[in-house]
Amino acid sequence: MKKTLAVAAIALATVSFGGVAQARDQIRMAGSSTVYPFSTSVAEQFGKSGKFKTPVVESTGTGGGFKLFCSGVGPDFTDISNASRAIKSSELEMCAKNGVGEVIEIKFGYDGIALANAKKHDRYSLTRKQIFQALAKNVPVGGKLVPNPYTTWNQIDPSLPNDKIEVLGPPPTSGTRDAFLELVMEHGALEFPEIKELKKTDEKAFKAAFSSLREDGVYIDAGENDNLIVQKLETNPRALGIFGYSYLEQNGDKIQGSIIDGSEPTFDNIAAGKYVVSRPLFFYVKKAHVGQIPGIKEYVAEFTSEKAWGTNGYLVDKGLIPMPDAERKEWAKKAADMAPMAK
Amino acid sequence: MTEMVEQTSAPAADAVTSRLKRRYAAERRFQFMGMAAIAVALGFLALLLVSIFAKGASAFVQTQVQLEVTFDAGILGVAPGADRDTLASGDYLGLAKAALWSRFPDVSGRAEKRQLAALLSPSAGDALRDMVLSDPNVIGSTRKVWFPVSDSVDMTNKGYLPRDPAVEGARLNAAQMGWLQSLEDGGVLTKRFNWQFVTTGDSRDPTQAGVWGAVVGSFYSVLVTLLLSFPLGVATAVYLEEFAPKNRWTDLIEVNINNLAAVPSIVFGLLGLAVFLAVFGLPRSAPMVGGLVLTLMTLPTIIIAARASLKAVPPSIREAALGMGSSKLQMVTDHVLPLALPGILTGTILGMARALGESAPLLMIGMVAFIVDVPSGPMDPATVLPVQVYLWADSSERAFVEKTSAAIIVLLLFLAVMNLAAILLRKKFERRW
Repeated sequence: MKKTLAVAAIALATVSFGGVAQARDQIRMAGSSTVYPFSTSVAEQFGKSGKFKTPVVESTGTGGGFKLFCSGVGPDFTDISNASRAIKSSELEMCAKNGVGEVIEIKFGYDGIALANAKKHDRYSLTRKQIFQALAKNVPVGGKLVPNPYTTWNQIDPSLPNDKIEVLGPPPTSGTRDAFLELVMEHGALEFPEIKELKKTDEKAFKAAFSSLREDGVYIDAGENDNLIVQKLETNPRALGIFGYSYLEQNGDKIQGSIIDGSEPTFDNIAAGKYVVSRPLFFYVKKAHVGQIPGIKEYVAEFTSEKAWGTNGYLVDKGLIPMPDAERKEWAKKAADMAPMAK
Repeated sequence: MTEMVEQTSAPAADAVTSRLKRRYAAERRFQFMGMAAIAVALGFLALLLVSIFAKGASAFVQTQVQLEVTFDAGILGVAPGADRDTLASGDYLGLAKAALWSRFPDVSGRAEKRQLAALLSPSAGDALRDMVLSDPNVIGSTRKVWFPVSDSVDMTNKGYLPRDPAVEGARLNAAQMGWLQSLEDGGVLTKRFNWQFVTTGDSRDPTQAGVWGAVVGSFYSVLVTLLLSFPLGVATAVYLEEFAPKNRWTDLIEVNINNLAAVPSIVFGLLGLAVFLAVFGLPRSAPMVGGLVLTLMTLPTIIIAARASLKAVPPSIREAALGMGSSKLQMVTDHVLPLALPGILTGTILGMARALGESAPLLMIGMVAFIVDVPSGPMDPATVLPVQVYLWADSSERAFVEKTSAAIIVLLLFLAVMNLAAILLRKKFERRW
């Protein structure tokens, strides 16, 4: 008993005195779970080169990543923030308020969002308007917004199959859901003149019109785990699931991506910009930490090298859709110059 | 008495027998339901274990291919006499690829060679590097070496992906399938124990990903939790139970402890972020901070269990000790505490088991992270087993599915070892009277 107490006392002492933050020799980053597979791949390659320690990559979600990133300058705060959307002006303001003045923005590729179902059933071919009609909480019928009455696809359009509408997707905290709302639901909503009118008159009501998904069991919140959605689709072949392209690619033997607005979610279609539901991916570097924390410049160089983000790079194997050559060149130059964002 | 029995008429006796029958039947029904409940619970446990083991067992083996490697200094780009750093920087993956190409001499052309090389894991060169570093003289000689194959080949060989290249979803094309078949026919393609999995940290490449980093992280977190929460919890319980006066303040403390036991764990994570990281300036992702947060979470459990088992010690023991002239402290340390210890240990192990399985509070303090290096102390960045399970379950690569289940198996083993230690300790202290 006495011995245990003594050990505990020593442990406590180590906590209170040994833990004073010292300069770090390891890059720290946090942010989007969509960017996580890419940033970790780069981090690992970077660590294997042997000169620097392998960076620590946290998966917190885009918003959580920026919150850590913008909290201040110094070894206690992250050096790089991974994001599946561009930084918001409110986040830049928070950064500026906490002394994080100069931020370097680097876009490194695209991610497609697929709407897929199990192979046991026919492939769906949908338009964004139809998806909006299937999933929005309120839809325009006869010039008025009414609670969504559709229960089967052929009620929306007779050419669609007579299947129950059932869609599994990510929860509101997910960046994938934000992107889905913006890329699919907003566009779908704008096809209706009455909602288009709303955009001009009442921005807030317009936002609510496309971003509220059904809560009557048609849209099922399936949690952040995309693998789980894939498993659920297998047991329910008529249901559709919403997730990132890399999951579709990895599970190509079980599920198929729906055709949206006439194009299939394939690598080539997304890279060529033909598949409409795709979004850019970014990471942000704290300029004040460059030179202070060893290896940041080299990490960025590794990320923006052709062997990583190029058309044959190792990130492509992880599911990244690379940018076109010219765009890649432009961003690589920005990365090499470490040019901060214009304010 | 006898008269009364004689007076009992036949119908009354019948009523007694039938009532007795009903009572026996009720007891049998109750026993049956009890057994059914146990059977259902065991059934679910078996289902859980069988599904996890069925999915995860294959992650402990890895498909490997044996190739004849010529340690060609030309391909490596380093000479045998070079220093360690230069030796380590050699192109070992290139050497492994060359070994595979030389097994299929009729494969020519850049694209075809690339496809053939894609059969090997990106970590195929690591074993060669280790060989050269331990004995530089190996350069120039020819050896037979086992190499890990890529995750697509591994998954196909284990039967998780279709072998027929025509089936959609197959990851290997006809040519690659042909080479694989030829290696198999040659008897140089087998499944061997996956040492990498049990000795290394996380990786983005499923063939290189290991669980050891998370095991060590869990070990440090649980160790810190145990070292802090056990003495603190027992001291609190002893004071409250044996010394503290019963008044409004101790009542208030008791209510608060009971409430704390029911607080959702994520709240403790927020507290850890605000106090240990922001105020004390401890590093993010450190098992030390994880252990501190988990201590806050397990303390109430331990205090409540310890108080209950202190209460269960018969008052006669206390009275006897005091009667023999021992002080109150001697009574507690020499008599009450040893008798209560088995119960306290049970409470502690319950708290520790919960701490081991917790991932939510660790998100806040940065332990949900990709960390390659195995931590060498409680202040190094680390992750823990449940977080590793979560991170792998969320990865798109197919090969991580079996890794996820395998990590759960390791977590269960960890738990079993911990429980075993507690049972042994309990047996040692257990006393009957």
